[in-house]
Amino acid sequence: MSIRRLALDQPASFAFAPETLKAAQGWMKSFPAGRQQSAVIAILWLVQKQEGWVSEPAIRAVAELLGMPVIRVLEVATFYTMFMLEPVGTHALVQVCGTTPCQLRGAGDIIAVCQRKFGPRDHRTSDGKFYWQEVECLGACSNAPMAAINDYYYEDLTPESFEKILDDFAAGKGPQPGSAIGRQGAAPEGEPLTLTDASLYDGSLARPVTIPNLAPKEPA
Amino acid sequence: MAGILADKDRIFLNIYGRHDWGLEGAKARGAWNGVGDIVGQTPEWICDQIKASGLRGRGGAGFATGLKWTFMPKQESERPHYLLVNADESEPGACKDREILRNDPHLLIEGCLIACRAMRSRQAYIYIRGEYVFERERLTAAIQQAYKAKLIGKNNVHGYDFDIGLAHGGGAYICGDETALMESFEGKKGQPRLKPPFPAGAGIYGCPTTVNNVETIAVVGTILRRGAAWFAGFGTEKSTGTKLFAGSGHLNKPCVVEDAVGISVKQLIEDHFGGVRGGWKNLKAVIPGGISVRMIPAEECEVALMTYEDLQARGSGLGTGTMIVMDKDADLVRAIARASYFYKHESCGQCTPCREGTGWMWRVMERMVTGEAEMSEIDLLLDVASQVEGHTICGLGDAAAWPIQGLFRHFRHEVEDRITQYRAGKPHVQGVSLQAAE
Repeated sequence: MSIRRLALDQPASFAFAPETLKAAQGWMKSFPAGRQQSAVIAILWLVQKQEGWVSEPAIRAVAELLGMPVIRVLEVATFYTMFMLEPVGTHALVQVCGTTPCQLRGAGDIIAVCQRKFGPRDHRTSDGKFYWQEVECLGACSNAPMAAINDYYYEDLTPESFEKILDDFAAGKGPQPGSAIGRQGAAPEGEPLTLTDASLYDGSLARPVTIPNLAPKEPA
Repeated sequence: MAGILADKDRIFLNIYGRHDWGLEGAKARGAWNGVGDIVGQTPEWICDQIKASGLRGRGGAGFATGLKWTFMPKQESERPHYLLVNADESEPGACKDREILRNDPHLLIEGCLIACRAMRSRQAYIYIRGEYVFERERLTAAIQQAYKAKLIGKNNVHGYDFDIGLAHGGGAYICGDETALMESFEGKKGQPRLKPPFPAGAGIYGCPTTVNNVETIAVVGTILRRGAAWFAGFGTEKSTGTKLFAGSGHLNKPCVVEDAVGISVKQLIEDHFGGVRGGWKNLKAVIPGGISVRMIPAEECEVALMTYEDLQARGSGLGTGTMIVMDKDADLVRAIARASYFYKHESCGQCTPCREGTGWMWRVMERMVTGEAEMSEIDLLLDVASQVEGHTICGLGDAAAWPIQGLFRHFRHEVEDRITQYRAGKPHVQGVSLQAAE
């Protein structure tokens, strides 16, 4: 398991921004009455979107909002590795996948770029712009190696294309997420090998169908 | 034709996102077609059809889906029934559900409605992993489209009141286990629960719950539209149907593709994944079902089939059907050591054999990578792995042990060579490095 602690330096207070609160209430409404605790992960994530990280006062505020004991929210915030417990870079939070499928396709070179540009992992750079870490499988293995930067996936990376993406972030630009080699999703490179039959897409499949093996209808 | 499945028999027609993912596009590709007739049938009829199709859970365990649905109570009571869809895809190698979530979300929503009818449930939740931000946005938009078109919700056109909601995770692999998923859904740490009680008796909020994988639910609509016999016509008697396969690692064209279950490993790699880097002869080993199954060496890949029973007979498993391919340049020991680190990182810490064992196994594996381990530690490692396996509440302990067992089953000599080489020319003092193993 991973050991995670709250940061030593904590802000004095936390307040929900109006849009964060609205989104949080939206999540709370999607669960049955009295079960608002189910929204805790989603709300902590909204807090992280607002502040960049999850602070101790924010954990208290979430606990109050959901009527949960503070320790239960603290447990959740420290258990789930997606929650950053210290301030991250202002320009980009870079999360490079280093698990086996990415490792086999050169995640080590991508990690080396981060080390060279930003220094040690799990630290904010001295200018405060970047924060990078190696994370476990992000579920885009056919597009390895990849990195998630500020929530979105940058795939099929090479050290060169990755460096260019990072430079764009440093310059304040938001480079387009997706495949760095122009692949469409997880399709094979080059000419499509499957799903080439045009009759699948001409609308003929939308014609009324008779469901096979239908039983005599009973009242629902 | 690449592979053994014709285009007309594919279920996921927009798996690469080349077409409209939205409601109009999905309808043109046949989604939502005939759903009213299906939902008008009895739950028993739906379960029987799914049983006849032979559909097995696509999340890795391969349990018969129709049978699983019949475990739910036969009467609606004051305790509502829930369908919980497991979209917490985080198994290294697996990246298939993501393509459904972002490119064919309506097949999933339609499947949720049908599955809920089969289980007398009025509410489905889709638990999507936290990192899939784009996929969650897509899915949210698709659900809104379906509500707006009155395909789901109260007083919908299908005449079966049904709601669907989202929940999101926080990046924990363990939440892919169904009981950990339920804990996480309730807003707690994702630590698995003991079974019994089984989820169909007491799941989320103590109510009857069934947890299914995204792909399992997304194929249901098409199976019923085309008939159970159509689906059962692919594959073997015990492994029927079509399935999404994914390839990663040392392939020329890694991708996600749908084909019939029962396609051979070799044909899948050669036809769909552009072959192994450096040619078929350069293949060393394949992990066929996500990192948690044991690897199979190149010579077995010549004849192995992507079915539950064939891969099981080879000491491996179909798992999620997502293969990791390693060629002769790959450092297998390092690859498995990295997998061990993954399990160490993702262990929830609840059961001692897993919490302590995964970290211990990783540290020893790291020393195997450099060769500084003792020869006797190989047997010690396998002994510990077998003691972690089967002694934990959930399957993560097993999953951590299997990759290591697979490595030593087929490539023990490589690790031994490495240890011998490391020793060569160095003063040999027994016990010197044992302290690092703790």
